[in-house]
Amino acid sequence: MSESHSHVAEGPWGGGGSPYAIGSKKLGMWLFIVSDVMTFTALLMAYSYSRVSNPDWPTQVFPIFPAVIFSTTMTIVLLASSLTMVMAVAAAHRQDRGAAVKWLLATMLGGLIFCGLHLAEWMHLIEEGVRPFSNPWGSPLFGASFFGITGLHMTHVLCGVIYLGIIAFGYGSKRFKDEDVEVSGLYWHFVDLVWMFVFPMIYLMSVKYN
Amino acid sequence: MDAHEEVASSYGTHHGGSNKLYMVVWFSLVGLTLAEVYLAYLHFPAITMLLMLIGLSVLKAGLIMAYFMHLRFERFGLVLTLIPATIFCIGMMTVIFPDSFRLMHIRLH
Repeated sequence: MSESHSHVAEGPWGGGGSPYAIGSKKLGMWLFIVSDVMTFTALLMAYSYSRVSNPDWPTQVFPIFPAVIFSTTMTIVLLASSLTMVMAVAAAHRQDRGAAVKWLLATMLGGLIFCGLHLAEWMHLIEEGVRPFSNPWGSPLFGASFFGITGLHMTHVLCGVIYLGIIAFGYGSKRFKDEDVEVSGLYWHFVDLVWMFVFPMIYLMSVKYN
Repeated sequence: MDAHEEVASSYGTHHGGSNKLYMVVWFSLVGLTLAEVYLAYLHFPAITMLLMLIGLSVLKAGLIMAYFMHLRFERFGLVLTLIPATIFCIGMMTVIFPDSFRLMHIRLH
């Protein structure tokens, strides 16, 4: 790198300054997370609006077994995977690549268990006749919003599992740095964070009391 | 220390969480989740239930962002850049929600 290029790179217009003292990858991930939060907020807001404005919206849908038990277990599994992700980041900061990879694999396992339980939960509803554009209980929007929101979240989880797999492989083979593990951790915690809102708004607001 | 060195040296220095802290946060999150499930069966009116559950979810989200996503240990400028704008945009979306009650009344009568 020439001296003049280095001088430009370190100046405020050359991208050398970081007002937040974080790398550009981390800042980029945070900005992506904010935009994806907007997407889920819009969907959940549309769901809430539809639920209130449709008098025939099915409001007691999920029995304690299997729906609430499954979805609560899914929540705890996702929280556990967030904990293993935190351990992976901590191990990466210690430069302990072996431990970081193991914790990343544990996180991926948590994500896959979440998706498996979620698909099982979907099958329970499909067997009862719930479809994206119809259901036996009321407004057809219920099925569309349920599968749309939970399906989009599950897609995020699956993409996260693939992302973590790439990071685990790359970090284990010394191609990636600990910063890359931390950035992938931000994405994973965001996926968990979204579920913290989807679970109560979709499941807990529609529990079946009998 | 130039900007690149500052960023590079920030890793491994001020990631202030300990394993004990992470476990405390995790058990708090699980406890709040179980509290939400319990509250869901208490037959509150829908709006009260929604406000309680959203309130607990915001608390859980705050714990995740602060400790798991390390926002607590980042520069405050980053928090100010990300959080107020996000809250504002969520608020702007929430403003349309009361219109759903108008539509409900129209459809009922």
